[in-house]
Amino acid sequence: MIAVEAVEKSYEGRRVLGPLSLDIAAGCRLAVVGPSGGGKSTLLRLVLGLVRPDNGRITIAGEVMDNRNKLAVRRRIGYVVQDGGLFPHLTAERNVTLVARHLGWDEARMRKRVEELAAMTGMDAGALARWPLQLSGGQRQRIGVMRALFLDPAVILMDEPLGALDPITRRKLQGELSTLFRSLGKTVMLVTHDVAEAAFLADEAVVLHSGRIAQRGSIEAMARAPANDFVRDLLVPGAP
Amino acid sequence: MRFRAEAGPLFAAVLVTSSTLAGAASAGEPRLREHVVIGSKAFPESWVLGEALTLLGEAADASVEHHTNLGGTEIVAQAVKAGSIDAYPEYTGTLREVVLHTPTATNQELRAALARDGLGITDSLGFDDSYALAVTGAVATRDSLGTISDAAGHAELRAVFSHEFLGRADGWPGLRARYGIQFAEVRGVEHHLAFEALAAGHADVVDVYTTDPEIDHLSLHVLADDRGFFPSYEAVIVYRLDLEARAPAALASMRRLVGKVDRRTMASANGVVTGGRSTREAAAGLIRDALGDAAPSIDGTAPSLGGVISAALLRHLELVASSLAACILVGIPLGIVAARRKRLAGLVLGTAGVLQTIPSLALLALLIPLLGIGVVPAAVALFLYGLLPIVQGTCTGLTTIPGPLAEAAEALGLPPMTRLVRIELPLASPAILGGIRTSAVIAVGTAPSPR
Repeated sequence: MIAVEAVEKSYEGRRVLGPLSLDIAAGCRLAVVGPSGGGKSTLLRLVLGLVRPDNGRITIAGEVMDNRNKLAVRRRIGYVVQDGGLFPHLTAERNVTLVARHLGWDEARMRKRVEELAAMTGMDAGALARWPLQLSGGQRQRIGVMRALFLDPAVILMDEPLGALDPITRRKLQGELSTLFRSLGKTVMLVTHDVAEAAFLADEAVVLHSGRIAQRGSIEAMARAPANDFVRDLLVPGAP
Repeated sequence: MRFRAEAGPLFAAVLVTSSTLAGAASAGEPRLREHVVIGSKAFPESWVLGEALTLLGEAADASVEHHTNLGGTEIVAQAVKAGSIDAYPEYTGTLREVVLHTPTATNQELRAALARDGLGITDSLGFDDSYALAVTGAVATRDSLGTISDAAGHAELRAVFSHEFLGRADGWPGLRARYGIQFAEVRGVEHHLAFEALAAGHADVVDVYTTDPEIDHLSLHVLADDRGFFPSYEAVIVYRLDLEARAPAALASMRRLVGKVDRRTMASANGVVTGGRSTREAAAGLIRDALGDAAPSIDGTAPSLGGVISAALLRHLELVASSLAACILVGIPLGIVAARRKRLAGLVLGTAGVLQTIPSLALLALLIPLLGIGVVPAAVALFLYGLLPIVQGTCTGLTTIPGPLAEAAEALGLPPMTRLVRIELPLASPAILGGIRTSAVIAVGTAPSPR
């Protein structure tokens, strides 16, 4: 569903990513873990088409992400960011329906979809009329998820999605999101530095080190048999 | 009077004010009625003469607009040449300097030079507004002073001169050389303070313009320029020659002042204005004094203060609103371009910044040949001044949108224009509104208010 083929990216002559190839099958939930500066954000930006690779190409659901069709391809990706990434000048509902409105959906269709998603994400319908600043962190994140799911994309990209939440809300939302994405059969790519969150939300992970994949597998399997010291230090608690 | 420093705020200058909305009124009238536009410079004597020409034109049943207080000689000369105004009061000495650059030119040479620009001048209105030396009547009697040569022999006289007179070649330095004057004490002060010093007995000799009302108020004795040092500044009307065909009756009516305004009449009309009464009253009085029984009947009452203020307020608001609207319409797109293209940003912000450093008077002088006089060049100038804050605000607002929000907007798959209108401009709106507010303050503060 997501295919990254021999992609390279440099900034000002310094290579930050690649060459890197990564394939995420349909319905697979993959976490990209690694420390800051390891290339996680760059990989995410490349997949979203926010930056262009120097070499290689990226395909989403069979469509190559390039300048010509990047808008259409992005609409097939649901993007969830930390704290919801809501626009403060739009109400929660307007945030959720933003793209559909642009695409010319009629009000009835949008209302129906909003109700569906509110039920799915456990969002209180009364909170939808509020402004982002009037919502709790957990509510903002649910609204962010609603927005990402609105057009029923095949792929969900998440960037440190729960980083801004308190531990209790976080645990609750982790469980809910895990169930939700699993039941919807979405292909998920999650970028995080939080190994526990990766283990919870994803079936599989890749460890990024200096812009390249150090190891791929389930977190447990990699922790049992780390490919190198870097992976071991990252995944094994209390490793020397 | 011609170079008076008290000429008033220079910007107010071009802000054409005066005779209400005559332009708007005249637009609907049949073409048959003669239409004349009068200009005047930024000092009281010019206002009074301009208003007198206006009243005389109206007495000949023409519709007359008076753009008063336009500014200095350059601005008014440009305006008449460009046809923005049809006539204005001027002095031969000024024309020799500004038009011919030949202080010794004769009036015939002057007339010929102006005709090449399609302009004519009348004969002298009857007075000369040049520099002179004056003493109190008491001193004149005590020392038997009649001429400057008489005074030159009295080294004990204390002189108080205006700074400008002290600095000009055709002022004190030249005069002293010509007459070999050796006054014991020569001090420089503001012109109006010289009269106070004289009245208080702290000075014996001052420089005057020959139409200063103080000459008569203080019964000063003007010393004759017996060696003919001071150049002549005869008052004349400069007018566009096409006026002879376009508005013959109005021109003829204005010409009636030629030879009829003596020094005392002008000085007394100046006194009316400097005494705080309206230019219109002063002009009506001047016409009555000059033409006597032949004067047309003129309503010399000044418009009510409320009327003047509301007309001025309206003009001010109109000017501010139109220039601000233009600033917004142009500034925001420029700001967007600057935010998008780093290289253009320097150029756009730099150019807007440079525009703002041009002194307003210079900017107006540049604009008048292109745009004429009136609301348009003033609005354009305000527009140019108000542009920078809005461009800057828009650019800053757009470039400081938090990274995650900007990325989220892009990642949603909205096309750039929709993103700009729905997301980015609203997010940048506090900075943009701040820019608009600054621009509005500049416009309100810089927009000339009618005097």
